[in-house]
Amino acid sequence: MSKIDWSKYAPLIALIVLVAISAMASEHFLAARNISNVLRQVSYTGIIALGMTFVIIAGGIDLSVGSMLALVGVLTVMILNAVGEGWFAVVLAIGAAIALGALFGLINGAIVTKGRVAAFIATLATMSIFRSLTLYISDAGEIVSTNQKYPDVGGGYFLSVPNPVWVFLSLAIIFHILLNHTAFGRHVCAIGSNATVSAYSAIKVKTIYLITFVITGATVGISAVMLSSRLNSVSPGDAGLFYELDVIAAVVIGGTSLAGGKGTIWGTVIGVIILGIINNMLNLLGVSAYLQGTVKGLVILVAVLAQYKQTR
Amino acid sequence: MSSPVLQLSNIVKEFSGVRVLHEITLDVLPGEVLGILGENGAGKSTLLKIISGIYTKTSGTVSVNGKVVNLKTPVDAKKLGIAMIPQEFNLISSLNVFENIFLGSEIKSGLFLNKKTMREQTHELLKELKTDLDPNALIEDLTVAQKQMVEIAKALVSNANILIMDEPTTVLTEHEVRILFELVERLKARGVTILFISHKLKEVKQLCDRLAILRDGHLISLDEVTGLNEKDMARKMVGRELNQIYPEKSAPQEETVLKVSNLSIDGVLKNINFELKKGEVLGFSGLVGAGRTETAEAIMGLRHKDSGALEVNGKRVEVNSPVEAVNLRLAYLSEDRQGKGLILNFDIPKNITLISLKAYVKGLINKSLERKKVKEFVSLFDIKAASLDTKLINLSGGNQQKVYLSKWMDTYPEILILDEPTRGIDVNTKKDIYHFIRQLIDDGLSVIFISSELEEIIGLSNRVIVMRSGEIMGELTGEDINEEEIMYHAAGLTRQTA
Repeated sequence: MSKIDWSKYAPLIALIVLVAISAMASEHFLAARNISNVLRQVSYTGIIALGMTFVIIAGGIDLSVGSMLALVGVLTVMILNAVGEGWFAVVLAIGAAIALGALFGLINGAIVTKGRVAAFIATLATMSIFRSLTLYISDAGEIVSTNQKYPDVGGGYFLSVPNPVWVFLSLAIIFHILLNHTAFGRHVCAIGSNATVSAYSAIKVKTIYLITFVITGATVGISAVMLSSRLNSVSPGDAGLFYELDVIAAVVIGGTSLAGGKGTIWGTVIGVIILGIINNMLNLLGVSAYLQGTVKGLVILVAVLAQYKQTR
Repeated sequence: MSSPVLQLSNIVKEFSGVRVLHEITLDVLPGEVLGILGENGAGKSTLLKIISGIYTKTSGTVSVNGKVVNLKTPVDAKKLGIAMIPQEFNLISSLNVFENIFLGSEIKSGLFLNKKTMREQTHELLKELKTDLDPNALIEDLTVAQKQMVEIAKALVSNANILIMDEPTTVLTEHEVRILFELVERLKARGVTILFISHKLKEVKQLCDRLAILRDGHLISLDEVTGLNEKDMARKMVGRELNQIYPEKSAPQEETVLKVSNLSIDGVLKNINFELKKGEVLGFSGLVGAGRTETAEAIMGLRHKDSGALEVNGKRVEVNSPVEAVNLRLAYLSEDRQGKGLILNFDIPKNITLISLKAYVKGLINKSLERKKVKEFVSLFDIKAASLDTKLINLSGGNQQKVYLSKWMDTYPEILILDEPTRGIDVNTKKDIYHFIRQLIDDGLSVIFISSELEEIIGLSNRVIVMRSGEIMGELTGEDINEEEIMYHAAGLTRQTA
């Protein structure tokens, strides 16, 4: 009975194999600076992927995260500039970013639960709306922060590890606990597995589902702060573009089932890192940037096929 | 004697090292109805799933028409003419009867579907099966019995000559069961071989030519049905004498714990009024679709009520969601264990504490407390599972039902509504459940017992309410609780015509 369920560790094994291959393929790969760079690059989508894991386990999907990031980013920098100089403004802007993200998530969640629109369609619509509002508000021009302290948030280091990486990993721990050790996390898995059984078990199915969208929105807010502060600006047309794809891909590579009901946070963290390493290796090996999408697509296919095999 | 159409020799099946079938050797003769009888977890379903290609055997051989075959998928089995009529139907509800019957084996003329031929062939087939089913009827408009008919027709279209029926009567009313039995006779006449799984002794005796009895994964006996009586069958199945299936009834108290007044749902329920006394088993009888489940779901806040008032322990209450019902210590064990009761990819603890989870949370879930409590239930109900971490999908029906019961008992209910709690469950587990109900009554609980099996309604209830088409037709007590009275009300007959 003590047979190890290898399929459970498939993402981890894939990561180890990938690291080994990468280390052999390029001498630069294992350099501390390179690793630190890879982790920082993935932390922006990684933070959102943590929230997305909840939505997907609950049986939903959120396609609007990329556009939402741009909208929250633009609004946050505008608020920051309006409040002025100093750390107070920065703290206020961070609070505003998280609140705005949660609010936009709430809108997504409300359309899905109260309006009974399928998550795919609802967030496809808000994806378009958020991007368009971003362009309108900013007049399609780059919004630059005037606050001198702001770049330290996303650009800074703590114990020589970039701040966004700390945020990503700390959130991962918090979300892991939330998913596995709280009633809320249990209920998320339950509604994703079988919404009818959950309703008959006195679980507030719609409320739980709605909250997963709010959580994802909040992670988008956090990611928007990290990204905009590191760049000290937000480009309304490019910020967060295609983030939804990387985010969903990371969650799926991490073993979370798109059918809902099962998934892990550590799997998502690994999925995020796998995607980051693949990008990094393709760069180090000088593979054409145009081909990188192909490789990423193949990795997603392999991950999903592996999952499909397991469930049969 | 003709040569066997299907031969099993030394079939062994193991799940993660645990042997669930022990060298089963069995010959099935052409055109016979072979009954397969056994308790929960005796290995009936596992054996059938091997024959129909859903599971692969660990060792042993399967031969069809004398040739050893390798059944890896249901498609392999289908090609050899073996078809299973599943308990949960695999029909597409938005398509009509003939489209479902020909699903996957459509007749085409050129690029296009030849609907006319398919419709005609369906019509012919249904006529031969002596049913008045319309080939153009939508599946979603059919009754459970009619859907079963469609499944059977679907199997015949694909030229099945070995038909496996897995407890086909559990979802049927008595009248429908009779129709099914007539159909089985006609199939037999066509030369179709039928493997008929059941735990209803009476049925098996009535329908089958030979009977194989399984117990704990062993084939206990294989006999002609004519020489067997029900008592022998039960003894072989359980491995000991069955005595006193129903516990003695106890007398309910005067106190009313639940009062339902003027409960109506447009087009579903009409003016339902009744009271439940403390310590009472109140039976709800009636045919399938009489509105019993709907009444229960309305009480639990699972359905919108157009009118109606509820009193619990003498106090007027509003119940518009199951959350409120649970807070009032109401519990409802649904008839649809898999669709509404249990999360099949969750393990045992997660299922049992799904409603009562709050009791285990102090910020975080106290998992050791949770497991400790669950272990108590496992031993109380004698739930048989490889470990606590076993997913519900890997438990037998009876064990699933015990987990489901534990799940509601962990909410410490005072009023328990049991909706067909013994459906699809073997005699032994049934008996456990009956005695457990009596235990609950002794502990001061009150039970509403919904069942389509007259025998258990009569055996357990202090009082019986009979429903028909969303209305209460009568209330029976004492000597009046008998088969005749119940059927008479359930059929909607009036005194004058009696």
